[in-house]
Amino acid sequence: MSSGRVLVLKSEWTKIRSVASTVWTLGLAVVVTVGLGLLISILVSNDFDSMNARERLAFDPTAISFAGMGLGQLAMIVFGVLVVSNEYSTGMIRTSLAAVPQRAAFLFSKIAVATALALVVAMVTSFITFFVGQAAMGEHRASLGDPGVLRAVIGGGLYMTLIALFSMGVAAMLRSPMLSLGILMPFFFLVSSILGNVSATKKIGQFLPDQAGQKIMQVVSPLDDDTPYGPWGGLAIMGAWVVVAVLGGYVLLKRRDA
Amino acid sequence: MIELEGLTKRYGEKVAVNHLTFTVRPGVVTGFLGPNGAGKSTTMRMLLGLDHPTAGDVRIDGRHYEQIRHPLKYIGALLDAKAMHGGRSAFNHLLCLAQSNGIPKSRVAEVLDTVGLTAVARKKAKGFSLGMGQRLGIAGALLGDPQILMFDEPVNGLDPEGIHWIRNLMKGLAAQGRTVFVSSHLMSEMALTADHLVVIGQGRLLADTSMADFIRENSRSYVRLRSPQQERLRDVLGQAGVPAVEAGSGILEVDGARSELIGELAAEHHLVLHELSPQQASLEEAFMQLTAESVEYHAHSDTGPPDTNGWAGGTGTEAVSGGGWGEQWAREQRKRKAGG
Ligand SMILES: Nc1ncnc2c1ncn2[C@@H]1O[C@H](COP(=O)(O)OP(=O)(O)OP(=O)(O)O)[C@@H](O)[C@H]1O
Ligand SMILES: [Mg+2]
Repeated sequence: MSSGRVLVLKSEWTKIRSVASTVWTLGLAVVVTVGLGLLISILVSNDFDSMNARERLAFDPTAISFAGMGLGQLAMIVFGVLVVSNEYSTGMIRTSLAAVPQRAAFLFSKIAVATALALVVAMVTSFITFFVGQAAMGEHRASLGDPGVLRAVIGGGLYMTLIALFSMGVAAMLRSPMLSLGILMPFFFLVSSILGNVSATKKIGQFLPDQAGQKIMQVVSPLDDDTPYGPWGGLAIMGAWVVVAVLGGYVLLKRRDA
Repeated sequence: MIELEGLTKRYGEKVAVNHLTFTVRPGVVTGFLGPNGAGKSTTMRMLLGLDHPTAGDVRIDGRHYEQIRHPLKYIGALLDAKAMHGGRSAFNHLLCLAQSNGIPKSRVAEVLDTVGLTAVARKKAKGFSLGMGQRLGIAGALLGDPQILMFDEPVNGLDPEGIHWIRNLMKGLAAQGRTVFVSSHLMSEMALTADHLVVIGQGRLLADTSMADFIRENSRSYVRLRSPQQERLRDVLGQAGVPAVEAGSGILEVDGARSELIGELAAEHHLVLHELSPQQASLEEAFMQLTAESVEYHAHSDTGPPDTNGWAGGTGTEAVSGGGWGEQWAREQRKRKAGG
């Protein structure tokens, strides 16, 4: 890595740590994911006795503790979108590109710094959520040493990070924070899970980034599961979406007037 | 040195910058003038590699902006006072710029002091007044101690003290041998600051000349006369082929800078003169002359709809069709030069 690139990384780190939105979006992601995960873990484990045998067979304490991520990921989306689109909504982009005219260096340094920060926060969140959730589940709990559990917990952190990264790519393409959030939030909160779960659209829906990525957080496969990819395969599909979004953002940034 | 060659920018149908060719030299303040919408900001954005030219080229000491390593140390620019994140403090705004170009942190405090923002260094930029934002933008331009400085309407929003300060700052920078390129639509402001002038209108180059030459060529010069023997003076002048016109309250005016000739004629005919003074219209008047032509062009134009937003040059079709007051003015200039 050239020394110039290191300087830009430093500069992007200063940018990201010096705005309030970083703290509140990431803070919200932690609180919502852990809090909601805990709540749902308590409710489900109380329900365990009333489940039938089939349901008990598919009982996945690890995945249940991650139930808060569906909402927590929205805060990650806001984080990813704001990191990039703030530049445009404030007009800072012109000052930034005048300082760093190599657009690849500018965008990829920004994304690298934001992703590294998101990764740290997401990993910590994933582990806390897992331990807090398992603690609430009493005798039904899973432990990190069980087969596939560590993979699912690390996977949870990677999933949250990739969601943020995907949002950065989309924001780089769309530029406007309102437009980016207006598309990403409803999509990941509603549309995608509907498409991924309704049988008519499932065949395609399960290849959407979040539907594919979430596979990694499953330890026990649901009943009559016919997903054509495994946990890492799912994450790879999500990774492909992320690559497309980020490259799309880069190509447009490179071509457009600032 | 900044060199533009045939620089052109189109936004769809609209030609914002039309084949501009000129050079900005070091050691002087070069004023970049034109009415609203003339294309000044667009030109400056292309210079910084922010907007891609449709055609033509702009180079800074022979290089494109993107080829400059650590550009803030080479060329500092104030484009738009609002081009910053309002949630960031003034200090952090400058710090992230400094870091990206390997400029030492100590320099941030220095430029904040230079622009007089030390007291609010830790305050968020969104609480700043227009003038304070402008000062912060200027601080950003000065950050890398660059040899080339570019300011897009720097006096915008500054108080009289601030205007005085920026004026002296720009002159001082030029006196140190730096290249200073500053845009404005206020002629009176440029008259006090600039040594060289580049005037554009509707994206076209209208003039590229020294300030003194611009005034000489574009303002009417005349001689003002007062005499107790006004009638005889007029006759004498008329016979000598120097027509004088009455300008009220006992004043005669003679077109052209011919005070010597008039003085000699008066002496020859033993006429008493109370006043014999060469006059020259100000730069503001010279610019108003251009304005007047633009208004005239639009008022008499029947090829396009009347321009409602003043001299922004209105509709794209008009600009593309090659008309416009700039054209007309340039034509008259050529005529004038050929004739005189
Ligand atoms: N991004 C853009 N898209 C479309 N048209 C644009 C864009 N930027 C500028 N223009 C048009 O190009 C012309 C030149 O604009 P520009 O801002 O360069 O003028 P200016 O000389 O800086 O004016 P002012 O004195 O008002 O700042 C204007 O007619 C403007 O509407
Ligand atoms: Mg402008």
